[in-house]
Amino acid sequence: MSIEEVKSSYDCVVIGAGHNGLVCAATLARSGRSVLVLEAAGQVGGAASTREFATGFRVSACAHLLHLMSADLMRELNLAGMGLEYAAVDMPTTALAAGQPPMVVSEDRLGSEGAAYVAYAARMRRFAAVLAPILAAVPPRLGTQRWKDRLALLGAGWRIRKLGRRDMRELLRIGGMNVHDLLQENFTSPVLQGALAADAVLGTNFGPRSPGTVLTLLYRLAAQASAGAALAQPKGGMGALCEALARSATAAGADIRVSTPAARIVVEQDRAAGVVLESGRSIAARTVISSADPKTTFLRLLGAHFLDAGFVRSVNHLRTRGLAAKLHLALDRAPRFTDLEPASLGGRLLVAPSLEHIEHAYNHAKYGEYSAAPLMEVTVPTVNDPCLAPPGRHVLSAVVQYAPYGLKEGWQHGRQRFTDLAIDTLEGYAPGLRASIIGVELLTPEDIERDFRITGGHWHHAELAFDQFFMVRPVPGAAQYLTPVDGLFLCGAGCHPGGGVMGAAGRNAAHQVLKQVS
Amino acid sequence: MPADAVRPPHFEQPLLQTPFHARARALSQVDSFIPWAGYTTVDVFTHVEQEYFAIRNASTLYDLTPMVKYRITGRGGSAYLNRLVTRDVGKLKIDRVAYCVWCNDAGHLIDDGTVFRFGENEYRLCTAERQIDWLLDSAVGFEVDVTEITEEVAALALQGPTSFAVLKAAGLAGIERLRPFEIGRFSIATQPVTVSRTGFTGDLGYEIWMVPGSAEVVWDALMVAGRSRGIRAIGSQALNVARIEAGFISPKIDFLSAERTIRIGRERSPLELGLAWLVDFDKGHFTGRRALLEESRRGVRRRLVGLDVEGNKPAHNALLYAQRSGKHEIGFVTSATWSPTCKRNIALAMVDAPHFAVGGILWADIYLNRELVWERRMARSRVVERPFFAPDRRRATPPADF
Repeated sequence: MSIEEVKSSYDCVVIGAGHNGLVCAATLARSGRSVLVLEAAGQVGGAASTREFATGFRVSACAHLLHLMSADLMRELNLAGMGLEYAAVDMPTTALAAGQPPMVVSEDRLGSEGAAYVAYAARMRRFAAVLAPILAAVPPRLGTQRWKDRLALLGAGWRIRKLGRRDMRELLRIGGMNVHDLLQENFTSPVLQGALAADAVLGTNFGPRSPGTVLTLLYRLAAQASAGAALAQPKGGMGALCEALARSATAAGADIRVSTPAARIVVEQDRAAGVVLESGRSIAARTVISSADPKTTFLRLLGAHFLDAGFVRSVNHLRTRGLAAKLHLALDRAPRFTDLEPASLGGRLLVAPSLEHIEHAYNHAKYGEYSAAPLMEVTVPTVNDPCLAPPGRHVLSAVVQYAPYGLKEGWQHGRQRFTDLAIDTLEGYAPGLRASIIGVELLTPEDIERDFRITGGHWHHAELAFDQFFMVRPVPGAAQYLTPVDGLFLCGAGCHPGGGVMGAAGRNAAHQVLKQVS
Repeated sequence: MPADAVRPPHFEQPLLQTPFHARARALSQVDSFIPWAGYTTVDVFTHVEQEYFAIRNASTLYDLTPMVKYRITGRGGSAYLNRLVTRDVGKLKIDRVAYCVWCNDAGHLIDDGTVFRFGENEYRLCTAERQIDWLLDSAVGFEVDVTEITEEVAALALQGPTSFAVLKAAGLAGIERLRPFEIGRFSIATQPVTVSRTGFTGDLGYEIWMVPGSAEVVWDALMVAGRSRGIRAIGSQALNVARIEAGFISPKIDFLSAERTIRIGRERSPLELGLAWLVDFDKGHFTGRRALLEESRRGVRRRLVGLDVEGNKPAHNALLYAQRSGKHEIGFVTSATWSPTCKRNIALAMVDAPHFAVGGILWADIYLNRELVWERRMARSRVVERPFFAPDRRRATPPADF
């Protein structure tokens, strides 16, 4: 069915078929709304898609591990029934460091740090459990008289109080700290410190010493807690998850159109009234829900002239500069990491040998340069899922930080050098890797911006920092998935609780739409 | 300051001098200067009443140069201004001027000013206070260029019943055809000038805009042309009396810019200030529209009104009460003066709902200093229509040759 055949009017039009857009569409369709999803790219998934980067080699375009999407949500949308399978679950994390054997980050493998790790992990899990309910709900509004808003804030306070005196004090103490200081307090092994810090800064514009990095770590752990706290790899890559989401939405009655970019949101009498496609065709809708990032939604699809100047100023000031690049290697054989256990190769490898290593890597990014010695999160997805490459061949997928959007020298100059540098780093841990490479792709934040239409190429659409968090995410006046324009909603990663392949923003937004528009 | 003079470093001269400063300094008899928007300007030349009566009976020159001026150009100029101000700028014709206000998202007044339209997408915005941050923030998403040109444009207000005659005597051919709020191009003593029939006195008058290099020549030519028409230079104090009579509001006196208030509830909306006539809800979106719509649905909590106060003692800073007993406070006076022309004791006041209806009686608690002894007087005050003084001569085209 082509776009000419879809209806000219829907209850809801969702802009963007990334995971949040699809979760939102599926949730709305299951509640009986007529839903149309418009996707600019030729396939669903957005940044959560599987991409062929060399002939016969496929890889998850951005995030390559599934560990944040809540189990409730996946059950609700029946993703298992829609064909979602896992190539691997409970994947181990192994920290690499030059001149040392790889360290498996697990309670029973850490030697003298084991006891400290057990206590630390248990405490962080308790804290994460306090925050987890926040992620699954529409944030309250500050300064209102409504009992529901007050109750939500009281609830969060009560959960913190219920931790008991010692834990409550500890949570309040570390909540605003940086992860460097927290890990220095708890551990002595630089490799373990580096590995644990990596989770706090992956995909962010932070180094371990940046304020608020304990919060970003807790946020990640909270999402993991709702997901069941394990790293997993969908069979067929991240795109397979979105295809299952798309099937779930379609099964519930939603129409999904790919290669159908929205040009602008139509406003009539100060209400969103539909969408005009780039083809010129108009589709009327009572509700328009955008999973695009806030800058794209407000400044490009809607237009500043429909918004107040102060609101536009806030949107314009959103920090959306991405710093994570993605390196994809097509290999003619499996990579051989020195002294790595076979089980580890099917898990997650971290090149974050110390806190200082990450902080130094971040220093470059502060000044618009790429890291001389980057931080990397590496997977070899073909170990668990051979069908991603031709028989006997392999794919290496790595998140490489820091690679700032708006590189001072320009990515057209820096691209090859940064690619070589990342490959050289890997070669140090896996001798012979370079010789086995038969295809390379580097996605800088600027490529991510272009390919996935994310302003600044930031995986979270907007930096996940205290001032862009929870009740003020993305900006005050749009933090409850609502916008200043009636009938226009947000459902993307720029909203609470943010990005990562979580889907919570899409689901919370759908609930808000159902509440507001009967 | 001559163009070739080297300006001393700013820390040695915190206040700038306007291009008319030498002339003003020479005429100042009481050495009364005040700062305005970074310039030193005259508060009183001789005596405030003498200057005031020149506004209402002859002609006056007032140095407007410190008025902050912005040039707004670019393809999106009209769209930009229409989103900025509450009025429909789309209805403003080329070579016309409109009085406008603009608000923040909450519908609270940031400032008022005049918009001059010189071309399809060429405008000038004149305000009493600097606004560049708000103007640039408002420019996001519009193809527009906003530049401050305060120092590039010198300006004089020529106001009073004989102002038309003065300009005619100064040789401005066709000035008789210039209608209120219209802009024309003329020359004075061979210097090209732009003249707008605008002003802050509520009387017949003009504002004359020129490059700074022409300033002294134009000033001298007008003084010569106006000699037989009683022309005199005036300072801000006399102008303030005239503007209260005309019912005009003044920033930092009758309202504070919402971007500069600290305490909650000190902001003012255009509806509260009695400027609902400037708010066009039907023109499309503008900043503050949704908040103002909500406020107009809900009804304003307070409103700026004109007061006719008994007696002849100006009700400066007076608190207002519903009863003479002074028990129920309902507002306060923002501007007050004895109006020499109306022979009335007038004031502008912010009055709480529902006491602001025209015809209502309030009580002003006036404090009087009589030879260093303070006395208190409850003055019966009536809410009246503004303006207090609006002579027909201000609108007549051609104006009368007084």
